[in-house]
Amino acid sequence: MSDMIAEVDVLVIGGGTAGPMAAVKAKEKNPNLKVMLLEKANVKRSGAISMGMDGLNNAVIPGHATPEQYVKEITVANDGIVNQKTVMAYAQESFNMINQLDRWGVKFEKDETGDYAVKKVHHIGTYVLPMPEGHHMKKVLYRQLKKARVEITNRYMATRLLLDENGAIAGAMVLDTREGAFGVIRAKSVILCTGAAGRLGLPSSGYLFGTYENPTNAGDGYALAYHAGAELSGIECYQINPLIKDYNGPSCAYVTGPFGGYTANSKGERFIECDYWSGQMMMEFYKELEGGNGPVFLKMDHLAEETIGTIEHILHSNERPSRGRFHEGRKLDYRQGMVEMHISEIGLCSGHSASGVWVDEHAATTVPGLYAAGDLACVPHNYMLGAFVYGQFAGQSAAEYAMSHELPAVDAAQVEAERKRVLAPLANPDGLPPAQVEYKLRRFVNDYLQPPKVTKKMEIGLDRFAEIRADLDSMSATNPHELMRAMEVHFILDCAEMAAHASLYRTESRWGLYHYRVEHPEKDDADWFCHAQLKKNEAGEMTCFKRPIEPYIVELDDEEKDAYNRLRVVKQAEAA
Amino acid sequence: MPMTMNRVSVPVTVNEEACIADKGCTVCVESCPLDLLAIDLVKKKAFMQYDECWYCLPCEKDCPTQAIRVDIPYLLR
Ligand code: SF4
Ligand code: SF4
Repeated sequence: MSDMIAEVDVLVIGGGTAGPMAAVKAKEKNPNLKVMLLEKANVKRSGAISMGMDGLNNAVIPGHATPEQYVKEITVANDGIVNQKTVMAYAQESFNMINQLDRWGVKFEKDETGDYAVKKVHHIGTYVLPMPEGHHMKKVLYRQLKKARVEITNRYMATRLLLDENGAIAGAMVLDTREGAFGVIRAKSVILCTGAAGRLGLPSSGYLFGTYENPTNAGDGYALAYHAGAELSGIECYQINPLIKDYNGPSCAYVTGPFGGYTANSKGERFIECDYWSGQMMMEFYKELEGGNGPVFLKMDHLAEETIGTIEHILHSNERPSRGRFHEGRKLDYRQGMVEMHISEIGLCSGHSASGVWVDEHAATTVPGLYAAGDLACVPHNYMLGAFVYGQFAGQSAAEYAMSHELPAVDAAQVEAERKRVLAPLANPDGLPPAQVEYKLRRFVNDYLQPPKVTKKMEIGLDRFAEIRADLDSMSATNPHELMRAMEVHFILDCAEMAAHASLYRTESRWGLYHYRVEHPEKDDADWFCHAQLKKNEAGEMTCFKRPIEPYIVELDDEEKDAYNRLRVVKQAEAA
Repeated sequence: MPMTMNRVSVPVTVNEEACIADKGCTVCVESCPLDLLAIDLVKKKAFMQYDECWYCLPCEKDCPTQAIRVDIPYLLR
């Protein structure tokens, strides 16, 4: 069977948030370039924001925050482990991007004078810009894709990147998820925008697809980058979120906070100063949940009727609109009861924490010709606006690279090996169903990797993962859809092994609950004030190593450094 | 390898009276980010083929005849 072959200048993999922006910006840079946007679903409704988003978490708007303040905030929130240059590059472009989105027709909340109505949720600065009508975000992006004449290829997944003889990017190998055909897309440069590794831990409901992240984001890009030899960073800094129990979606404190809602214990008391999601916040959440004051709730029942109505409108029409249906089923009214919260399964995501593919301030990875943006690119706490800004950087960088490089030759051996790997489950009618393998794998992720992290448990986990790796060869797929799921199980296993190795490597605790190692409970700046990197070495083994932190460009004073370690509410001594 | 089929209740219900797949509509099939919906070739109506739903609602919002109802999956309800 001959493979589908396409030739493009720039290939963007993933059409959710960062991907469309990257593709549009590559075309803007040079309209003569052939730019293809490859999407596992359909770009009209794909990715983390398929139903839009209710606001920007990290808007750096003059008059409300400065780029320097923002860099400080994220440096502190991420416990010092940041390449400040990447965060600064985001912060400086943040306002331009907001204005561009505004021109494209995204509706942000504005005050009477027409200025952006920014709200305070973070510990130090003011960065939250609501988009009460943010459900139209994908439509806005789609219009721009059409206008820029980006070539859209829906229902294809990339399974491996293609490299030339020097280890530079030569394209990607892909699977048609509806026809089950294998293909090759030759490209001069590739941009990974495949989102978080959101199908890593198993939700406590046991429902494989009841994840916080869009479950189609199985960690594809993490595995693609890893197998291409790219450096990944901060994988041990997991994504763990405070979510509505069982529903497993955000509740969401960013929306309710500015209206006066807050995270409370079972007595209805506030126990954290700041609801901004950080590892330190999650640690306090965990302690409260496990302690005598648990479980934890989101409290809104003290708010005025009108306020609750507004909150309901936002929460039930954006991001995860089925929230309302869930509460209805449980007969919960925000006016009368508190929303029960719990701690999510683990995932990898730089949009929320800092686990991702290493990139510089131009969105370049360590592999020539490979760029990354969005939840999978390691720029801490980057969120949706960061995905847009780094999507822009990646599109521009990848276009420039494509303009100065020839299309590399295709290595037939790589293609042959990958075709065999990808199509194997279809040729094996009598093997393990991918869903069963996935369930077992993700249950082991919970059992052995979920913090508090225990050395022996993670080591046992690696043994179990090795056994599952042997099972991958005996998976069978009865149709192309199941074959897609089988390939995702490969990605999930890669991510699980990365999470275990990176967590074992960093022998200290940092980022609150995200990397709480029971045997090394203290932060150890002497040995571990550095990035922990992970990559595939020459021998094909997973290795970890340190990367020094670039000198800060914005210094912090001691008071600021400690801000996120003082999140717990201190009870005032009773006045005598 | 010995196998069995397990029955599961799925969260998406299609009102077959309202569904116009027989007139060529495939909107929900194209909307679903997880590619879970399909058109029954005999009945010419949409149905949920795979139990992998993220209860995210594009299928329901985009359906031109409001034929789709998404419930929270039973395990989470
Ligand atoms: S979108 Fe609605 S009308 Fe169209 S096929 Fe789906 S259910 Fe039927
Ligand atoms: S709710 Fe979402 S995942 Fe479920 S069928 Fe509809 S579009 Fe697909």
